[in-house]
Amino acid sequence: MDIFIQQIINGLVLGSIYALVALGYTMVYGILGLINFAHGEVVMIGALTALTAIGLLVPAGLPGPVVVLGGLLIAIPVCMAVGFAIERIAYRPLRNAPRLAPLITAIGVSIVLQQLAMMGWGRNYHTFPPLLPATPHQLFGAAITDLQMLIVVVAAVLMAALVWLVTRTRLGRAMRATAENPAVARLMGVDVDRVISFTFVLGSALAAVAGVMVAANYSIAHYAMGFMLGLKAFTAAVLGGIGNLGGAMLGGLLLGIIESLGAGYIGDLTGGFLGSNYQDVFAFFVLILVLVFRPSGLMGEKVAERA
Amino acid sequence: MNGLSAKPGARAGMLLVGLALAVLPLLVGATIGNSWVRILDFALLYVMLALGLNIVVGFAGLLDLGYIAFYAVGAYLYAIISSPHLATAFPAVFAAAPGWPVWLILPLGALLAGSFGVLLGAPTLKLRGDYLAIVTLGFGEIIRIFLNNLNAPLNITNGPQGINNIAPAQVAGLSLGRPVELFGLQLPSVTLHYYFFLALTLLVIFVCVRLQDSRLGRAWVAIREDEVAARACGINTRNVKLLAFGLGATFGGVAGGLFAGFQGFVSPESFGLLESVMVLCMVVLGGMGHIPGVILGAVLLSLLPEVLRWGAAPLQQLLFGKVLIDPESLRLLLFGVALVLVMRFRPAGLWPSALRRRELDAHEAAPGDAA
Repeated sequence: MDIFIQQIINGLVLGSIYALVALGYTMVYGILGLINFAHGEVVMIGALTALTAIGLLVPAGLPGPVVVLGGLLIAIPVCMAVGFAIERIAYRPLRNAPRLAPLITAIGVSIVLQQLAMMGWGRNYHTFPPLLPATPHQLFGAAITDLQMLIVVVAAVLMAALVWLVTRTRLGRAMRATAENPAVARLMGVDVDRVISFTFVLGSALAAVAGVMVAANYSIAHYAMGFMLGLKAFTAAVLGGIGNLGGAMLGGLLLGIIESLGAGYIGDLTGGFLGSNYQDVFAFFVLILVLVFRPSGLMGEKVAERA
Repeated sequence: MNGLSAKPGARAGMLLVGLALAVLPLLVGATIGNSWVRILDFALLYVMLALGLNIVVGFAGLLDLGYIAFYAVGAYLYAIISSPHLATAFPAVFAAAPGWPVWLILPLGALLAGSFGVLLGAPTLKLRGDYLAIVTLGFGEIIRIFLNNLNAPLNITNGPQGINNIAPAQVAGLSLGRPVELFGLQLPSVTLHYYFFLALTLLVIFVCVRLQDSRLGRAWVAIREDEVAARACGINTRNVKLLAFGLGATFGGVAGGLFAGFQGFVSPESFGLLESVMVLCMVVLGGMGHIPGVILGAVLLSLLPEVLRWGAAPLQQLLFGKVLIDPESLRLLLFGVALVLVMRFRPAGLWPSALRRRELDAHEAAPGDAA
């Protein structure tokens, strides 16, 4: 039982991170109908930028949390700029191209970002210094660290802020209008291009935070870390119903829990034939199952085929 | 397609091309060395792969990002059968490597890869294009993860170490692994492989050209252009798409088997996502759906890393005094940039088919209806 609760806690932490990244996918998909493959790389850039900044701040002798906050405050604008540039350079010229074109471009952007990061930060794993308190607390017979609690709380606050922004502000209304029908939104005086740029920037800011969380949670960052993470977050978005904010959050949390429970129990379930080294496979099986049986996701409406 | 028409001029041209292809390895081997013949061999493998993927992406318009998985299936089948791996892993069952003839293993690999293609296609083909892309990507990763981990409890793939000591293919009682003396001409292993691969590549090209002109090929193009209209015309879109997936996978399986026999060693590392992307690059860059374009793309991109290895490092030495970007990441960077630029400025590829060019021109003539 303890193991069960421990895996649920780990899953929630992991799931909060997935949810933050999934929001970036789902917002862009909701508005453009585009899978922004490069989103995972933005997460990676966020993590590595923050790590570099933290490395520079540590000698100043500030307390750990302040240093991490400093790293975060540098990573967020960098990621926003990257997100803005991606949309401007790669996707905007293809707004009216056939469906496959932006997807292929997205793969290209993803490779370019990954290689640039490799040139900048090298092939090595970078370790995240232990700046945040990691004392474990007992909870229902399982352990949860301060860091893990912080991740869950920050993710929840950010998601609440995002929901407020989308549902309660003028800009949020413009986003929803653009998602509904760009042409009509334009007629109503919405600057569609600006809304799309803003969506990318917003998603990238969340990605930066998620990147720092991943790096802090696993204590490492790496130029290739974004790919798998992005894929899983996309799976989470699809699981919840792509284009739907609540769906992305639910999908992220569910996927995190499925993954950690799966990794914890797969050995017992298969009589030791498959081990926890198959953890990465779960996300794909979930993805395939969802797409086959409920392509609109748990909370999504039925999406019509776009010509 | 007029690739097979018998105009006298075309026939003379084909004869010349054939002659050039026949002497190419001898010439290359004699002048710049056999390592370049080896590169030619790989170029031929990539031509086969790209043509297989072209059926899926170019003809039927289904974006497959996990194509390399089928290559892996073919390669591992060949590797397991033609190496001592089974005998060491299961000494109770196998006394020695089964060592079946290549004419049995290649079709088997093709069949197995084709079945995997249908297996993947059956549940996913009703998905919209971009979802399909993600699912195929996931499938490719699943296959790689399994290859990486299926060394315990039953050692089937030997895990991350891969399988080595794979016997080279035997063609007509002749091992391609040993040099042969012919008319006083020393033909090394790489050259023998070249002719073997060339023959199979020509076969693949022939099959592709015939497929394109067939009823099936026209059905694929119809689906690519407008699936609803295609169904209205009486095309069983599901079966036709499945056939595209299965046939494309089949080609991948054959190329995989050839790769394993040629390389003598397979490991999961050779079958990562970047390989899938590279083959996709070849198809996209050359010209989706246009066989000569795809061949051009495959040859260009498979030579590119070698050219970079020879040219980029010395050039950087010369310009900056040190190597800033190693050739491998430079190659990937160029791939990424190429994908973006081609989609932006030449979406039909470097050498598009006449049909595609007409379509794009028609689009340019009427820009008003786009917005």
